Amino acid sequence: MTIEVNGKTLETDEEGYLANLNDWEKEVASVMAEAEDLELGDDHWEIINFLREYYEEYQIAPAVRVLTKAVGKKLGKDKGNSKYLYELFPYGPAKQACKFAGLPKPTGCV
Amino acid sequence: MEEETQSGIVKKFLYINRRAPHGTIYAHEALETVLIGAAFEQDVTLVFIDDGVFQLKKNQDTSEIGTKNFSKTYAALEDMDVEKLYVEKKSLEQRGLTQDDLSVDVKIISSDQIKKLINESEVILNF
Amino acid sequence: MLHTINKSPFEKNSLQTCLRVAPDKSNILLIEDGVYAALKNTDFEKNILEGQKIHKFYVLEPDLKARGLDIKSLIPNIDIIDYKGFVKLTVENSRVQNWL
Repeated sequence: MTIEVNGKTLETDEEGYLANLNDWEKEVASVMAEAEDLELGDDHWEIINFLREYYEEYQIAPAVRVLTKAVGKKLGKDKGNSKYLYELFPYGPAKQACKFAGLPKPTGCV
Repeated sequence: MEEETQSGIVKKFLYINRRAPHGTIYAHEALETVLIGAAFEQDVTLVFIDDGVFQLKKNQDTSEIGTKNFSKTYAALEDMDVEKLYVEKKSLEQRGLTQDDLSVDVKIISSDQIKKLINESEVILNF
Repeated sequence: MLHTINKSPFEKNSLQTCLRVAPDKSNILLIEDGVYAALKNTDFEKNILEGQKIHKFYVLEPDLKARGLDIKSLIPNIDIIDYKGFVKLTVENSRVQNWL
């Protein structure tokens, strides 16, 4: 599979996750979100950027439980809970946010 | 998602890591398996013996050999409630290493204490 | 003659066998997991020190970096080379023996 971003054709896996982490740019997230009828606001970007930093530091995409814990530590308890994250990303923070951030699918996420 | 992965059964998993990190795929595969065990909320213990202690060496930089630097991932284990990391004292000594050479907090234990860990575990995975 | 060793001395006996049978004045290059043999204060330091009396040792820097091994932690008088140096050694030596 591929997606079109800024006139470039980027490779993805069969579930739409970017094949190459380095292909990512902000527009990748916007294009992916639009395809899932989601408009990205500052709160979405905060989580997407957090995920990119998390991956840079630990080289893994966190599953939901780990993500909520890590977000709680960094951005505070009111954001580090699954209710908040699912409100932002209705199909699941791991499935959507990680994908929008250009990360692979989290380990242990079915 | 995690809601679907909770099996309700928790077992004591022991992962025995004996290989150096980059020459073969064992260390990386072991870590992937640990992450899966953690995602299923199992009781996970990691033991590093023989060349496995090299997996935890500080300052690894794989940019020039073109492989993934999975050594950074060990630091994320704590967030997954994987906090029982043990290193065999003898293996460190044979390799001229000390706790200061390691990138994460571990407990350095004797071979006898490892015997005990093996004895107490329900599932043992060797890499 | 150039010898390459890509296995950890703690796991395989490639280094020991190479040192036992390599002709005098060989060039011995440690690569991949073989670079662990270049570390100071290990059980195999004495093998390298003994070998240095008759052979010249080299170690590949990208493999050192990948494993987090600092140059200061290595046995002295081992030449640290990059990929270009590896190619140069291969060209300069008429034969290459890989101790797999």
